[in-house]
Amino acid sequence: MTEMTFVRPEFRVRIDREACIKCGRCVHQCGWNVYHLDADDRPMPDHSKCAACHRCVTFCPADAITIEKNPLAYKESDSMSSGLRKAIWRQAETGGVLLTGMGTDKPYLRIFDHLLLDACQVTNPSIDPLREPMELRTFLGRKPDSIEVGYGNGDGGPPKLLTELDPQLMLETPIVFGGMSFGSVSLNVHRALAMAAKASGTFMNTGEGGLHADLEPYQDNIIVQCASGRFGVHADYLQAGAAVEIKIGQGAKPGIGGHLPGEKIDEQVSTTRMIPQGTDALSPAPHHDIYSIEDLRQLIYAIKEATGYKPVSVKIACVHNVAAIASGVVRAGADIVYLDGFKGGTGAAPTIIRDHVGIPIEIAIAVVDQRLRDEGIRNRASIVAAGGIRSSADIVKAIALGADACGVGTALLVAMGCHVCQKCHTGCCSWGITTQRPELTRRLDPEWGAERVSNLIRAWSHEIAEVLGAVGVNAIESLRGSRERLRALGLDQTTMDIIGVKQAGVGH
Amino acid sequence: MSARGLNRFGEADRRSAGRPYGGLPAPGSRSSDLVPRPEYTAEAEERILGGCGLMGVCDESGGRMSGELALRSMSSMHDRGNGLGGGFAGYGIYPDFPYAFCFHMLFNDDVGKDDTEYYLARHFVILHHEPIPSKSVRGIEDEPILWRYFLEISDERLAETQLSAEDYVVHSVMDINNHIKGAFVASSGRNMGAFKGVGFPEEIGEFYRLDEYRGWTWTGHGRFPTNTPGWWGGAHPFCLLDYSIVHNGEISSYGINQRYLEMFGYKCSMRTDTEVVTYLFDLLLRRHGLSVEIACKALASPFWKDIDLMEKEDRQLYTALRAVYGPALLNGPFAVVLGMGEGMVALSDRIKLRPLAAARKGTTVYVASEESAIREICPKPDLTWMPRAGEPVIARLEDGVNLATSAAYDAVA
Ligand code: SF4
Ligand code: SF4
Repeated sequence: MTEMTFVRPEFRVRIDREACIKCGRCVHQCGWNVYHLDADDRPMPDHSKCAACHRCVTFCPADAITIEKNPLAYKESDSMSSGLRKAIWRQAETGGVLLTGMGTDKPYLRIFDHLLLDACQVTNPSIDPLREPMELRTFLGRKPDSIEVGYGNGDGGPPKLLTELDPQLMLETPIVFGGMSFGSVSLNVHRALAMAAKASGTFMNTGEGGLHADLEPYQDNIIVQCASGRFGVHADYLQAGAAVEIKIGQGAKPGIGGHLPGEKIDEQVSTTRMIPQGTDALSPAPHHDIYSIEDLRQLIYAIKEATGYKPVSVKIACVHNVAAIASGVVRAGADIVYLDGFKGGTGAAPTIIRDHVGIPIEIAIAVVDQRLRDEGIRNRASIVAAGGIRSSADIVKAIALGADACGVGTALLVAMGCHVCQKCHTGCCSWGITTQRPELTRRLDPEWGAERVSNLIRAWSHEIAEVLGAVGVNAIESLRGSRERLRALGLDQTTMDIIGVKQAGVGH
Repeated sequence: MSARGLNRFGEADRRSAGRPYGGLPAPGSRSSDLVPRPEYTAEAEERILGGCGLMGVCDESGGRMSGELALRSMSSMHDRGNGLGGGFAGYGIYPDFPYAFCFHMLFNDDVGKDDTEYYLARHFVILHHEPIPSKSVRGIEDEPILWRYFLEISDERLAETQLSAEDYVVHSVMDINNHIKGAFVASSGRNMGAFKGVGFPEEIGEFYRLDEYRGWTWTGHGRFPTNTPGWWGGAHPFCLLDYSIVHNGEISSYGINQRYLEMFGYKCSMRTDTEVVTYLFDLLLRRHGLSVEIACKALASPFWKDIDLMEKEDRQLYTALRAVYGPALLNGPFAVVLGMGEGMVALSDRIKLRPLAAARKGTTVYVASEESAIREICPKPDLTWMPRAGEPVIARLEDGVNLATSAAYDAVA
């Protein structure tokens, strides 16, 4: 402990001294400098620095380390909880805004966990996904209301498509990778995600930090992002991806910009972002050329012109008026609306914003899908739902509520070792994920990471196929928006009305 | 889509106005609040599930067959139904009014009938109307008032509403079905009609005296609902304009099909799969102008693994078809027979979870749930086959057989 603080450590690091072989590995593995070796080469922990990221636990050859919750008792108060007391002490010490990483850890109602899926019995047979094809292929992009088919040269030859479709993103499974910038995550993470996207037949998203030259071979599986800071945005960058995403907002921090601390801006990040090394990378809260929906329209079409009309996705945070905003975004010309729910992850955000601003993705999907249908423009844009998608079950439910596909971020990092310790903003990630320190970033082998992520996507895809079979359909489009196949358990009537789902026990 | 409180012609919603005529007193009307009457949506609270038997026959040369044929074919599949619904559609049965839209109406009582007649008189020219002939049959009871109206639309009305005659009829059907209590349009096409009710199909056929009609296309249906609504309108075929659908199976994609149709202004208030299938055909064939073959490929699409192996042009076509019409894909077990002005189409789902057999003799095409039902009326077909999953069987009337569809074609061209 360096300075006097009231904030006692959250965890206690226990070392089994008999088991410890004094190899010193924990000292090297820890990104937070928890350990130092004493004169007898015994590792001595500084509990206050521990983030419970389990890096040392995983790599200790003697299985000698365990991390415990600090059992220190606080006088109970439901209203002034120990967490709040600690927050106040911390702010009394520093006078600063509390920062955090990852998605909110507050126990808000998780609507996904109150939705149950249907299955077939007798009157309609379920389909065995091991015997019959189960189709998850999904197209993101603007679709016409109808298509025109001609026959030969009007002389009754074979049928031929006359309507030219806008370019679509073809996904082999209804999952895309959420935007995570190089800078907030390491280049090896980007490499792993690009490889995994290619292997899984889907797309990774650069986030707002530009595209490193190493990723060029994966262009066809990359969506490039253009955010308010315009880091790394140039004509070639826009053309490099299969699609461009304009990031208006992020679910974890709606209404505010981004802040990448100077410590994370090394040479590579600086080149890719086109900013000086070591300076903080600040993305403004709004795009300073978008102050209205007309401005957004201009940017969308400027990008379309610059890219030869590639699909443009617009990422918005789910806020109270999300349905009307999404409708405006679609009318402004977006081909994809990327909805980011308030439980979405972040590399760094003020805790107050992360934990208190926005609305859940489940509700956002439902109201946006319904609004676009009411306005007859649902086919003009695809809906990607993100921000709080934790499992294949969430994906299936999101799709049944009306999403075309889901965006996942945190889960991919977890697949590569992240333990959701929520300290990404420190740049010290022991797992080499949200850090630029070379001794840490080299811990993540991109090929290993790609394999883990691909495995996860494959496993989830199999699980989605299982559900399709159980509900008796063999194509994902037959479940998409089919809220009839969902029932609610333990939701209030208003919520059920808003998401268009009936109470469990109500038949068809 | 029409604004709230307005009907599909932009007139005030009669219900929201508290009266069935947007405030206008109906001639000889009684207060419709006096007697609580079962509504058109009487079945709508629960979606109707169940298995069924079906048949269809079409003579492409336009030779007209007695309705007795369809009745006999259905009676051989007695056990596929449970007596809770049977019905038939016949085409070419009204040669005296080949161009008129014929509304087959089911009324719960005189009030529904009066209300409907007021509506029809206001929106159409009624060329002729009469009771639908029937005879009493053991097992058939509680029949509604059955009446048919041969209708034309005045040019002024069409000019006023800026609608095609077909759209005009669709709007009227939706108006009557959704807004007039105790009235249900069983069919609304030209030179065709639906004959349906609660009972076994052979009883229903006898009740409606089907043997007195002659038509070039017939479809039939016996129903096995897993609940017991006992409502005549709920029996098959379900009809809109010249389309009639008999259907065996359950559409597992109902939820999204219905929401997709809503986007195009269809109200699926009956909550039956059959209604959804009918509207999808109407949307794809009539409003989007797709051919029967292509529409069937949208509704029961080929698998991606097969599309990926196609030649470039086909691949583009089928990829676009699936990308654009994904929400229209009918998923789950079904076999349907679509009767239409131009002929007849039978289609099963993409992995054929419901039976469908087909046969041809000369210019006549037969389809049925069981081959025996075909052999019952055509003992020695030239050819019989089991259509593959998602492969439509199409019977196309020769040009000039159906004056209504050729005339409509001319008007468009
Ligand atoms: S890694 Fe384990 S065995 Fe090695 S020094 Fe640390 S606690 Fe001891
Ligand atoms: S990425 Fe690293 S720092 Fe962030 S939560 Fe995961 S393990 Fe912790």
